[in-house]
Amino acid sequence: MEWLQKHMPKMVLAPSFMAILLFVYGFIAWTAYISFTRSRLLPKYEIEGIIQYERLAQSPRWDVAMTNLAIFGILFIVISMVLGLLLAILLDQKIRTEGALRTIYLYPMALSFIVTGTAWKWILNPGLGIELVIQGMGWESFEFNWLTDPNMAIYTVVIAGVWQASGFVMALFLAGLRSVDQEIIRAAMVEGVSTPRIYRSIIIPSMAPIFMSAFIVLSHLAIKSFDLVIALTGGGPGYATDLPATYMYTMAFSRGDLGQAASSATVMMMVVMAIIVPYLYSELRSRHDG
Amino acid sequence: MMDNLVKDGSLRQVALRAGLYAVLIIFALYYLMPLFVMIVTSLKSLDDIRTGSLIGLPRELVFDAWGKAWSGACTGVKCEGLQPYFWNSVLIAVPAVMISTVLGAMNGYVISQWRFKGSDFIFALLLFGCFIPFQVILLPMAIVLGKMKIAGSIGGLIFVHVVYGLGFTTLFFRNYYITIPVELVKAAKVDGAGFFRIFWSIFMPLSAPIVVVTVIWQFTQIWNDFLFGVSFSQAGTQPITVALNNIVNSTTGVKEYNVDMAAAIIAALPTLFVYVVAGKYFIRGLTAGSVKG
Amino acid sequence: MSNLILSIENLYKSYGATEVLKDINVSIQRGEFLVLVGPSGCGKSTLLNCIAGLEEVNAGAINIGGRDMVGVAPKDRDIAMVFQSYALYPTMTVGKNITFGMKVRGVDAATQAKKLADVAKLLQIEPLLNRKPGQLSGGQRQRVAMGRALVREPQLFLFDEPLSNLDAKLRVEMRTEIKRLHSNLKASIVYVTHDQIEAMTLATRIVVMKDGIVQQIGTPSEIYNHPANMFVADFMGSPSMNLIPATVEALPTGLAIKIKQENGTLELMDDTKIKGLKMGAKRELLIGLRPENITNPTANSRLVAPCRIEVVEPAGSDTFITTSLGEKPITARLRADTVVSPGAEIDLAFNLASASYFDAGNGERLN
Repeated sequence: MEWLQKHMPKMVLAPSFMAILLFVYGFIAWTAYISFTRSRLLPKYEIEGIIQYERLAQSPRWDVAMTNLAIFGILFIVISMVLGLLLAILLDQKIRTEGALRTIYLYPMALSFIVTGTAWKWILNPGLGIELVIQGMGWESFEFNWLTDPNMAIYTVVIAGVWQASGFVMALFLAGLRSVDQEIIRAAMVEGVSTPRIYRSIIIPSMAPIFMSAFIVLSHLAIKSFDLVIALTGGGPGYATDLPATYMYTMAFSRGDLGQAASSATVMMMVVMAIIVPYLYSELRSRHDG
Repeated sequence: MMDNLVKDGSLRQVALRAGLYAVLIIFALYYLMPLFVMIVTSLKSLDDIRTGSLIGLPRELVFDAWGKAWSGACTGVKCEGLQPYFWNSVLIAVPAVMISTVLGAMNGYVISQWRFKGSDFIFALLLFGCFIPFQVILLPMAIVLGKMKIAGSIGGLIFVHVVYGLGFTTLFFRNYYITIPVELVKAAKVDGAGFFRIFWSIFMPLSAPIVVVTVIWQFTQIWNDFLFGVSFSQAGTQPITVALNNIVNSTTGVKEYNVDMAAAIIAALPTLFVYVVAGKYFIRGLTAGSVKG
Repeated sequence: MSNLILSIENLYKSYGATEVLKDINVSIQRGEFLVLVGPSGCGKSTLLNCIAGLEEVNAGAINIGGRDMVGVAPKDRDIAMVFQSYALYPTMTVGKNITFGMKVRGVDAATQAKKLADVAKLLQIEPLLNRKPGQLSGGQRQRVAMGRALVREPQLFLFDEPLSNLDAKLRVEMRTEIKRLHSNLKASIVYVTHDQIEAMTLATRIVVMKDGIVQQIGTPSEIYNHPANMFVADFMGSPSMNLIPATVEALPTGLAIKIKQENGTLELMDDTKIKGLKMGAKRELLIGLRPENITNPTANSRLVAPCRIEVVEPAGSDTFITTSLGEKPITARLRADTVVSPGAEIDLAFNLASASYFDAGNGERLN
């Protein structure tokens, strides 16, 4: 009985620990292993070296996916951050209807990316969508066919992604703005520092951890982005809007090419780790110190 | 911020203030526009859609699209609308949310209040699990679900959502319970209460706020999930997001934008409802899930 | 039943590689009020937690009421504990907080109600029984926490800095109250604090700790008047004991102690006490003198020396002044009516009969 009491915490944690060990770390290891084999429809377990990675490197489709990830990732993160910060600062000016506005800015985050994609697919519809609205306003020659233009389609994903996530960034930044020590701000005001200057020199620099968090979340969203592309463009036209996530899915479930699926997933994992590991490391460390 | 960009009432300041509100309202319209478009489109006839403007109000209100989206739209071969998939999502989300929340609460309780050698390490493992791109586990999970004979079943999806929700639910509870002084557990131990008694009598009654946050977060995540749904379901067990995508992308027949929009709204309603009713907790969940490590 | 309530023998405790308790030997008799005092990080709270069974020990024995406590859970140790943060269960009412332990142990409802009523009356918290901890003031919470401990009627009470979250005035009131409870209930108490005044006023015996090592165990007066080393001398008492650097010199007439002064040297001759010092060959020492032993001279004063006043601090009942001896600031306690001003010289009387002498090297007491 005493023994049971003493070891109860470990026993409670054990199932989750086993689950995570197997279903996260075991699976990652499995996928990484498969990425070094010639698995097609079924997994094969003979190691064949980096053949799958060579195939990735030579695949024009993967090239497009990675380029798209770079375009989408950078634009999505930068625009969401800028927009989010701008909205947060504007909302921080004792706005009477702040509560309502905040609710409006943030509601897209409650939606599924599939819903967002469906809505924007309709809005950006060449012919019936926004194009027609602008033409109806008198600009007869206005054309807006990014959705079907292979060179521009990836930017529609950015538009929809920013629409969904920027409100969330706003909420993060607003919380950050509000948590800045009021005494420092008062001290600066007493010294006659102008308001924009206070934001630029005092408040925003002190929000570095929030920028970090926002960056982590957004980059994480960007790398995982799958549903949005599927719903908005289906990866098309052709494979013009493929991202690594959709590439992996296509290889795994349509092409029956497990080796390619595994290697692309492993590359995604690497990208995420390159961003997350230093972040988590510093977070966990700082908690131990404090 | 204590101060305003504008303080006194001079003309310039009033203009500045008006400009500020104008900008804020324009942004509000930007965020509202897609929802507005979805709603008006869903209430238009196809004819109205083809001839009218995207943002124009319906010439006459037509609710047919809603009925069709709910019970008649085609997702591939079948034409039963979203209804069966809506209930699939409910059947997946409710147990998965409950199980992952309970497990997260127990885990968080142990990691914050009953630390042992290695518990911090387990927490770090769980935490990292929150951030992996799920693509990296799709293949082996598909195989394992098959081996467990729950491939393509509602049960399989519940299982997947519980496993990959554990990291976040544990994180939420751990971050909440860590603020409770360890002396509380000590006092209860001296009083003679054991592990579960302390959890049940002392921690559970304190946990209402974090339970709400966790439930909302998990519900939103699971309801809105597409990747697991599309990867691990089969014809009869698909969640609503997959069905919505199928309706929108079904290539047979005339493109019925009004049905698409009604279906999209139906799929969004539960999470929107939660957001409107409990937005405070929703935001707390979002920020808690991202800010704290 | 033996009168030995608690005995701790050769207790060691470490977290990983850091030893936090080293060879602790302490015991208390029935009715004793033992105070563990020391700066933060000295291990006193860890020691209390070990006694309670909330922390495991690495080596050594703990006996409570004659029973060995190895492997005994906190609930079976016949103890009650009051915590610094009070650790009241936030969702339970005051009454439920007090009876929770009895409920867990399966005490019948009638007994619970009776004991609750008794304790509530004793602590005058009857009107609070249906409130939640969040609705109470700090002092009220403190009482409830004590009530929760008292209701157990244990062999041994453990107090972990119970007053340090209260404001100064309340702290003094509660201190008196705890002292009264102790003498009324004849309770045996181990009490942890970092506040040396609390230790002096409450304890029947004090254990002074530093870096996990017991520095001295003794009654308040022993600790105050005969500190075992410089650490105890410095830590106990406020303002703390003056530690004046000095040298010993062998003169034809005998041993003399010399203290450097602003201009010249102050010489203490052939005091019998000096002869008795366990000096060995060392020449450097420190003379420990409480501020009250450096005062206004009277007709009987044996050693009087002029000193330059640097700072004057009137405290109402006394006036403290700071001067320099042996190139260190020295505090003297003068009568409140002494007219002094900074920069002036004043004659101070040194009462060497009460002096402590410490080794300048290891800080140990020499007399």
